[in-house]
Amino acid sequence: MKTWLKIAVSVWLTGIIIAGIAFPMVKVPQTWYEFPFIPGLEEKARNIIFHVPISWATVVAFAMSMIYGIIYLRKKDIDYDLRSVSSASLGLLLCILATVTGAIWAKFNWGSFWNWDPRQTSIFILLLIYGAYFVLRSAIDEEERRATLSSVYSIIAGVTVPFFIFVMPRIMSGLHPGSLGDEQGKGPVLEFKMAPNMLMVFFASLIGFTVLYFWMYSLKVRQMRIERHVQQITETH
Amino acid sequence: MMIISTSYHIFVKEFVSEFRTRYALNALLMFVVTTLSIILFSIGQESPSIDVLSGTLWIVIFFSAMSGLSRTFVAEEERGTSLTLRLLVNASSVYIGKLVYNFALILVLSVIIAVSYVLFITEFTVKTFEIFWLTILLGSAGLASASTILAAIIAKANTKGTLFPVLAFPILLPLLLTCINATKLATEGAFLVEAVKEFQILISFTVVMIATSFLVFDFVWKD
Amino acid sequence: MKKLTFKSENIAKLYNRRIILENISFSLSDGTAFAITGKNGSGKSTLVKILCGVLSPTRGSVEFSVGGAIVPYPDYYPHIGLVSPYLNMYEEFTAEENLSFIAKVRSLEREWQERSNMLLKEFGIYDHRKKEVRYYSSGMKQRLKYCAALLHQPSLLVLDEPSSNLDSYGIDAVRKFMVLQKQNGILMFATNDAEDLQFADRVYSIEIGNH
Repeated sequence: MKTWLKIAVSVWLTGIIIAGIAFPMVKVPQTWYEFPFIPGLEEKARNIIFHVPISWATVVAFAMSMIYGIIYLRKKDIDYDLRSVSSASLGLLLCILATVTGAIWAKFNWGSFWNWDPRQTSIFILLLIYGAYFVLRSAIDEEERRATLSSVYSIIAGVTVPFFIFVMPRIMSGLHPGSLGDEQGKGPVLEFKMAPNMLMVFFASLIGFTVLYFWMYSLKVRQMRIERHVQQITETH
Repeated sequence: MMIISTSYHIFVKEFVSEFRTRYALNALLMFVVTTLSIILFSIGQESPSIDVLSGTLWIVIFFSAMSGLSRTFVAEEERGTSLTLRLLVNASSVYIGKLVYNFALILVLSVIIAVSYVLFITEFTVKTFEIFWLTILLGSAGLASASTILAAIIAKANTKGTLFPVLAFPILLPLLLTCINATKLATEGAFLVEAVKEFQILISFTVVMIATSFLVFDFVWKD
Repeated sequence: MKKLTFKSENIAKLYNRRIILENISFSLSDGTAFAITGKNGSGKSTLVKILCGVLSPTRGSVEFSVGGAIVPYPDYYPHIGLVSPYLNMYEEFTAEENLSFIAKVRSLEREWQERSNMLLKEFGIYDHRKKEVRYYSSGMKQRLKYCAALLHQPSLLVLDEPSSNLDSYGIDAVRKFMVLQKQNGILMFATNDAEDLQFADRVYSIEIGNH
């Protein structure tokens, strides 16, 4: 990644964090930096700026990992496996962050940390899939075989994801905006009813976290390449 | 059709082999007896809700599938016959043969489990039998579809025992939840039409799993 | 008989970043007996698996052609017979059932039964044909592997350690078929046995300094 981009992301995200935490929330916004109250969410609405982009980045990481898995199977170049596993390990981190930020938000909005709401269940299953993926990898010694089998597993896991979207809402009523149990039908995120200034911060955060993911991803890939190279040198001597 | 006849011979081989060695079936039947009696003991004089009972039914089916279905590929790998098979037939025939065998095995098992469940657990009353048996049939197909490819993956790993349920659970969860839901409908006495959505999910899950496995099986098998 | 060629182009195999095989290239045609030699651990068995198409190489390719037309994977399986220590028979089946299973999945012609009996007699296990393989000695198992590999009259016979586990009677039977195979197709074997090597027209040695 280019240096100017790194600096830009750092500044960008610092701005978003300051804006997300420090911008006052008032009934009737007077100036550009005042967020309006969202009924039912109040100050807790700030979490939209962090929780949703992190969840989004989790999905991006998962998809990237699966795509690189498919490319590995076609090209049989171990570098694609490094990319796939790098993305998966970042995805696991982001997945944990999304679960934690979500659980905290749920505690203060819905009364308890965990409610088995469809989307909570989905992210829990995503955690399980990531867990299983790394357990599988640790159970195989041989590099090429590990790469092949974990790629196949991520594809198999990937195709079940759409089922969660259909299955979960049928089994349990949801609390997240946009789900069947929601009285208003659509929440602030889905309808984009957020005030323009908040919406701008939200999208800026979405972009910021996505670029941050790619930055961390490129670092992780480089680290893995170096580790592999060092291992190669020590093994041959 | 070549592929059908070779798959059929693989299936017959699996079947005869199981019949001779009884690796899976005896142990599985004991597993079913044990888990069911544990459930019976723990229920005691209580009368648990039908929701809980529908859930435990599928827990028993899931774990018996997990302990039985991995054998097909693990046995080939352990006894060194997988290379023989790889030289004899193409991967697709192996996959189809083993898939059908796994389906037959899990279907027999879940029917046994379901019958004894209905007989011994008096609180568990099924009102719409069509829904119940269709769920058992389609649920078994779904379990077999996902387990076959996972068993092929696990056969190549170093630690095989505990890995199977770990890998299978997140993938099978949408299937299990749908099965539990459909079982609830059967106990509530819903009409067959009301469970159509559940059956659609079960069928599409099975089809998607088989199609995906069919595409990637060669990579696992020829590794 | 159709003309056969077998080509290995730049095959390389890596295991855990370590190069096992590199730059293996050769080309064979009918009537050749081709021997592969190399120290223990030099990758002979790995090469044999790759040549038979049961293991994919990291780089390079195997090309098998009959009468000038290339037969792609997996269609060349019917042309290959392999005997290897990594290839076992089903223990819970009798010798006869093993061969019958192989004949069925290979969809062999009706005459396979006569050929199977002939092979069982040649390798001296005809009297034990109704015994389950788990009661066999390792030498008998090895003989059965030969019956299995020769059942479909392969045009390419690949033997990994041809004389291992065999007594002099077994070795004689194997050598008889090695000579026959040379006349009817391609024979390929991996060995370090000096006596076996006398059967080879060409010897390919996997170099030691390769990795």
